Order: sequence, then structure tokens, then C-alpha cells
Amino acid sequence: MKIVACINHVPDTEAKVKVGGDGKTIDKASINFILNPYDEFGIEAALQLKEKNGGETVALSLGGDTHKETLRKALAMGIDKAILLKDDSVRDSFSVAKALADELKTLSPDFILFGKQSIDYSDEQVPGLVAEFMGIPSVSCVVKMNLQDKKVICEREIEGGHEIVEATYPLVISAQKGLNEPRYPSLKGIMASKTKPIEEHKPASVSNVVEVLSMQMPASKQAGKIVGTDSSAVPEMVRLLHEEAKVI
Amino acid sequence: MKILAFAEQREGKFKKSAFEVTQAAKTIADQLGAELVTLVIGDEVESISPALSAYGVSRILVAQDPRLHYYSTTVYGKILAEAALQEQATVIFLPASQMGKDLAPRAAVKLSAGIAADCIALSVESGEIIATRPVYAGKILIKEKINTPVKMFTLRPNIFTAVMKNSMQTKIEKISVNLTDADFSTKVTGVKIVEGRPDVTEADIIVSGGRGMKGPEHFHLIEKLADTLGAAVGVSRAVVDAGWRLHDEQVGQTGKTVSPTLYIACGISGAIQHVAGMSSSKCIVAINKDKDAPVFQIADYGIAGDVFEILPVLTDEIKKLVGK
Ligand SMILES: Cc1cc2nc3c(=O)[nH]c(=O)nc-3n(C[C@H](O)[C@H](O)[C@H](O)COP(=O)(O)OP(=O)(O)OC[C@H]3O[C@@H](n4cnc5c(N)ncnc54)[C@H](O)[C@@H]3O)c2cc1C
Ligand SMILES: Nc1ncnc2c1ncn2[C@@H]1O[C@H](COP(=O)(O)O)[C@@H](O)[C@H]1O
Repeated sequence: MKIVACINHVPDTEAKVKVGGDGKTIDKASINFILNPYDEFGIEAALQLKEKNGGETVALSLGGDTHKETLRKALAMGIDKAILLKDDSVRDSFSVAKALADELKTLSPDFILFGKQSIDYSDEQVPGLVAEFMGIPSVSCVVKMNLQDKKVICEREIEGGHEIVEATYPLVISAQKGLNEPRYPSLKGIMASKTKPIEEHKPASVSNVVEVLSMQMPASKQAGKIVGTDSSAVPEMVRLLHEEAKVI
Repeated sequence: MKILAFAEQREGKFKKSAFEVTQAAKTIADQLGAELVTLVIGDEVESISPALSAYGVSRILVAQDPRLHYYSTTVYGKILAEAALQEQATVIFLPASQMGKDLAPRAAVKLSAGIAADCIALSVESGEIIATRPVYAGKILIKEKINTPVKMFTLRPNIFTAVMKNSMQTKIEKISVNLTDADFSTKVTGVKIVEGRPDVTEADIIVSGGRGMKGPEHFHLIEKLADTLGAAVGVSRAVVDAGWRLHDEQVGQTGKTVSPTLYIACGISGAIQHVAGMSSSKCIVAINKDKDAPVFQIADYGIAGDVFEILPVLTDEIKKLVGK
């Protein structure tokens, strides 16, 4: 079985992001980048699929040289092989997905795992776009998956519940928190990752379809009113919510 | 020019977002001088469709078939794309719900359309639709436009208003659906519904509890207040990680994004990843015994005190108010 995990390299959620000089991208200096947290669930799912069914696992990322850090982390967790689609340009989801799909077609995997979303732009589009470019099914926001013969039974999170989805593979899965507990890289894994190769390929040129016009910090909110420090403040709070904010 | 709005329904009931999306699409259609068509997909949905007319749509397309009872990525994607092609619609609006976010990319590739995802505001400038959306966990807002001939927008639920107007004459047109077994390469076979309270993504009011609640046995305080208000129960990640509550209730970057009218945070510190999921709430109330907790920076009103003392009194006071 061939299993590919697509992973992204994103600013740490704690990072204080600032608008860069061009007013359209962020200032990347002094920001710590990490493996996109959701993609750890994808990597773990890939490893578990291999453990149960045998085969090979590949981590795939599109981005600049810095994405190698993230690919190394995947290798340290136990992924067999890494591919960097090396490209420094700013791409939108459509362009990322097109390039990933082109590469994935040459790999013809049985399973392609994604995170539910990148925590930078939070588009939640790349997995569905890749699946459609490849003409294969996809299940997003998956919290449970089971392989039964030729069928994959998944649960995906929806508003107020879960959908039980039956799909065939080759299949694209996007992982939501809850699907599994991502393992920590072992010391042995970390050592091994240093010698595992990262192949570099060149993706097709950029074909952005969405154009960022401007970027700005949201108007900072005025800190609110502290109504009191104990339950004697409750009647006043209720009055404010009812009469001033008109929300109850 | 034609604009297509996708009205989400489940189990024969429209989601609130169906009205929000229809009305937002109507506002844009009026500004562009375009015609608005709304698409409904499902089983036995013809009878509910007229409800959309109160939100400004005059033509409703209905794709109805027993096999469409449940959502299917591949099948709904095909129907949406075919309807857009048939109508030659160049702008498509969907909700940024679990259905809309899943559906948009599948149709986008078929239509070679760019998507502006999770929009919180729309405007028209020199004939172009400009979308505003939060990125980097809400730390930054971007404005963007789409450069493909067909453009798709998913709209964050609970942000766009849906106000009923006088219903207009509506034409309901059934569209034929040509489905083969191969189209069902993904198929929903059932839905597990969490019974009881509304879901955080759909609720008008959310009462959320954090690590300050000290343990699962104290969440009845949160639940009582929630039930008094007809609200959903939300939680921070710390609570889910501790195994006190299920992940379905988690608000934040690795949970759900919510924008209720009122968000009451109890014993939640206000970490950036939590705030990322709830900062678009219209009114935020914080109860936290640490007056320096970051949550007070984003709260409209706060009580810097003990949740265990305050919550029962708050529930009683609100009971008095809503009981009136
Ligand atoms: C990649 C990543 C993703 C994350 N995603 C999410 C996410 O989706 N959602 C999320 O919530 N978090 C998320 N987090 C975690 C986040 O950083 C915080 O750790 C978490 O939100 C803290 O939860 P909390 O506020 O309940 O707990 P704490 O930060 O421990 O805060 C508890 C608060 O309760 C107050 N308190 C204690 N006792 C009382 C009392 N008796 N009365 C009143 N107040 C009291 C304390 O003063 C304190 O402010 C994420 C973190 C990372 C790294
Ligand atoms: N540049 C990239 N390289 C590889 N995978 C990516 C890239 N960008 C996004 N992904 C994958 O697509 C998922 C969803 O991303 P997004 O659609 O950007 O929210 C992520 O969790 C990754 O698994």
C-alpha cells in the first residue's frame, strides 16, 4: 500500500504575526515556524495504515527550503521518505493543490492524508481540490477511519454530530483532531531522520487565482468593563446584557 | 450575469445559513445588477423551498432524489457544478459550514473557479466582489478578489444577517439529476446526532467552560446556565485534553469557529488559540478569578471573580429575566 501525507509548514500559533512591508504578506522575520498541527494527525494515520497493511509512507510538502524542517519531523516520526516540491513563491490553495496533485499522480497512492486545515490561511480547501484534480473521492474533517476490504468507513465531524461515510480508495482524507494521538519522534527516529533523503522536485509554475489586495490588523478591541468581583455584580451584569448590549 | 446561492438543508430543514447565504447573495446581485438563483439539493426538499423567497430569491432550483437524502461530496459536487454551468452562473455563494467547505473545492475544480473561503464581509468595488476574511487565527484580516471567470465564496455562518422580507413570487424549477453508481464513491450511510443542546457553530448564545471549572462534575453549572438561555455548551481545549468533555464542544483553532451573539467564557484564560475560534462573537462576557487574565482584553463585560460563586446566581438572575 502506498500512503502519502501532505504536510505544511506554518507560523507557530503563538507567533506575533505582523503585516510585511508590501502590505500583502506577513513579515516572516523572527517568526517561529512549525509542522501544521493538524498534519500530525495525517502523519500518524499514514503510519498506522502502514503498520496494519504494509507498504511505504511518503511525506510531501510544497514550499521553500524551510519546509525541510517539517519534512524531517515527519521522517523522525517514522515516515519512510520525503519529497519537497521546492518553490518559494506565494501560492494560493488552488495553485498549491494543482502542484500537489500533479506530483501525486506520479506516485499513485492508495491513501493521501491531509490535515483538516493549515492554521495560517485556514482555507480548508487543499484536500478537496487535490481529490478533484485527481478524480478520486475525499472525506474531510475525519475523526475515525476503518479499512474494511475495499471499503473505508469514516466518521466526519459535522455541526451537532458525525456523518458516517463509506468511501472507496484511492482516497483523500483530511484529519481532524480526535482521529488519533500523534506519536512523538523517538530518539532513534530522530537519528534516522538525519540520514533519510529528502528528494527535491520542481513543481509546475504558479497559477494563482485568488489575489490578496491588502492585509491589516483587525481594529483592536477596547478591553471591556469589569462589572465587579463577586456575585453582587451579577444583577448589574444581567442588566447590561439586557439593556445595553441587548443580547438577552 | 447570474449568481448562484447554495442553500444548505439537512433532514428536510434549512440551516440558518441557507437564509444568510441567500440574502448576502441577493445584496451582491442587486449591486451588480445580476439575477439570483438559489439551489437546493436533497430528498423531498421541494416543499420547503418556498421559505427561501422571503430572503430575496425569485428562482429556486431543486435537485430532488431519494439518493440525495444524505450529503455526498462527489454527488453534490457534480450537481452544483452542473447547475452552475447550466445557468452560466459566474458567482457562487456557499456557507462555510462542514458541508459548504467540503463541497466548494469539488465544484471549484470542475468550474476552474477560485474560492474565497470563510468570508466575514463582502463588498463590491468597481464591479468586483471584494471578500474580507480572517487569517492567522484572526490576528490579521485580508481583503481579496478572485481572478477566474467563475468565482466562489464561502460565508462564515452567523455573520451575515438574514431578515425575512415580504415573500415574493417564486418559481421553483426541478432540475434533473443524472446519477450513476460511480458518482457515489463517497456515500453517507448515517448520521450520529448529539441530542439535546444546539451545536456551538449554530447557537446564538454559547456558555463555555475552561480549566477553571476544575472538573467534569462541575459542568452542570455551565449546563444549567446554557439551558436557561437555550444556549450551546462550549469548552476550551484544556477541558477536552483532560477528558472532561468531548471534542465536539471545543472552540478554537483546533476546535470550532463560532460567532454567536453572546459568548460567556467561564474559567477560560483566553489563550490565542481559543480566541481564534470565538473572537467574531458579537458580545463576549468573561468570568475569571484572575483579573489579569487575557480573556478580559477581548471581553465586553467581565466579572473578576469565582465561577462557582457567580454561575448559580447568574443562572437565577437570568431565569428571573427570561421568566418574565
Ligand atoms: C496548536 C495548538 C492549538 C490549540 N487549539 C486550541 C483550541 O482549539 N481551543 C482552545 O481552547 N485551546 C487551544 N489550544 C490551547 C491553548 O493554548 C490553551 O492552553 C487553552 O485554551 C487553555 O484552556 P483554559 O483557558 O481552559 O485553561 P487555562 O489557561 O488553564 O485557564 C484557566 C483559567 O481559569 C481561571 N480560573 C481558575 N479557577 C477559577 C475559578 N474558581 N473561578 C474563575 N476562574 C477560575 C484561571 O484564572 C485561568 O485564567 C491550542 C494550543 C496549541 C499549541
Ligand atoms: N504547501 C503545502 N504542502 C503540502 N501540503 C499542504 C500545503 N498546504 C496545505 N497542505 C495540506 O492541506 C491541508 C489543508 O490546508 P488548507 O487547505 O490550506 O487549509 C493541510 O493540513 C496540509 O495537509
